[in-house]
Amino acid sequence: MIRNALIGLMLFILGSAFLTLTMGFEPATELNRTAAYYATHAQEEVGAQNVVTAVLITWRGLDTLGEVTVLFLTAAIVSLVLSRSKAPKGASGSGFLPSGELLTTGTKMLLPLIALLGAYVMANGHLTPGGGFQGGAILASGALLMLLADPSRRFGHKIIHRVESASGLAFVGLGLLGMLFAGGFLDNKLLPLGQFGALFSAGIIPIVSVLIGLKVGAEFASILESLEETEDA
Amino acid sequence: MAQVSLLIGFTLILLGLYGALTNRDILRMIVSFTIADAGVNVVLVSVGYMAHRTAPILDSAVPAGQAAARIIDPVPQVLVLTAIVIGLGVTALMLAYAYRLFRLRGSLDISQFMDLKW
Amino acid sequence: MTLLMLATLLCGAGMIGAALVALLTRQTATAVLAAGLLSLFASVLFVLLAAPDVAMTEAAIGSGLTTFLFFYVLGRIRREDKK
Repeated sequence: MIRNALIGLMLFILGSAFLTLTMGFEPATELNRTAAYYATHAQEEVGAQNVVTAVLITWRGLDTLGEVTVLFLTAAIVSLVLSRSKAPKGASGSGFLPSGELLTTGTKMLLPLIALLGAYVMANGHLTPGGGFQGGAILASGALLMLLADPSRRFGHKIIHRVESASGLAFVGLGLLGMLFAGGFLDNKLLPLGQFGALFSAGIIPIVSVLIGLKVGAEFASILESLEETEDA
Repeated sequence: MAQVSLLIGFTLILLGLYGALTNRDILRMIVSFTIADAGVNVVLVSVGYMAHRTAPILDSAVPAGQAAARIIDPVPQVLVLTAIVIGLGVTALMLAYAYRLFRLRGSLDISQFMDLKW
Repeated sequence: MTLLMLATLLCGAGMIGAALVALLTRQTATAVLAAGLLSLFASVLFVLLAAPDVAMTEAAIGSGLTTFLFFYVLGRIRREDKK
């Protein structure tokens, strides 16, 4: 009883705070200084059409590196927590029934298309909506489809881990190369900016975008895989 | 427009917190947390919204010269982009721990776990 | 502008309805599905709020992968509960 009253009280206080925030909210009519800087300098400094990707990969690239690291830690902890006992080889860890003909055939047809879409979204991150994180998630959903179609098949752990560490290393390496040959860590001027709006433009953004996509996709795939392959209690 | 979506986001946060506080099943609590998570994202994006402006992409519709007057604030969008990805990581961690707890006790009822209660 | 407003209101109604279903239903599987539906509505709302990048991320991660993570754990717990 007291518990419910306390919960109600807390939600009421929080709700009234939210209500005053909403009532007092004035939508801005001008960009603030940071956003205006990003908007006006996106073309000459970074050369990317998509300002969101430009901010994510160049101006705030270090934060993105940190975020990818957090994701890596999550994947590592999930596999540490779950994988005390891996299912023996050949046995289905998750114990799902074998999937039907439809799903197996559909997977074979869809998987290349999904991988293609993922690669497109990753490589065009500086031109259209999309980028590393979205493309990585699309790749991971392809891996998920594979797991669903054939639950007893073992994923190549080694491949996933190698892709993950290689892309992470290359990301950091590009950043360090920027320190040596350009203005600073993850500086975009390492490669020429190229023509505004072309696929191979905007300095290192497409490369970093693909690297982030591979890393994020590998991390999600390894989370899914450790959830799937743990042996039943 | 921005105010409406702010209100939607805040309502979702409140609903999610209510569910997380009142449910006894750990999985249901995690579902409620994801609802609150979505609410926070909606609030952040709608703070950056400005009427009569377009998405922060400089194509032929938005020449780079007048970008500052035509696009909306890209910074909250970047923030939310990372928040969604980290949100999935947090959910995966919570689910892994919930599964470990289930293996330990054979139950997902939060009132069964009294070890730290006094 | 009014059309945009109407779409926003519809999306918001869908989101809050899905959240209520997720909170009030008895079955956990229904709750997980409702949370996935909420994420889909959220991604439509992000498009309306002129944030296509966020909408893509939410659609791929929030409503796709999260739902499947939940179902993996849920199915596992159900099977072990029966034993």
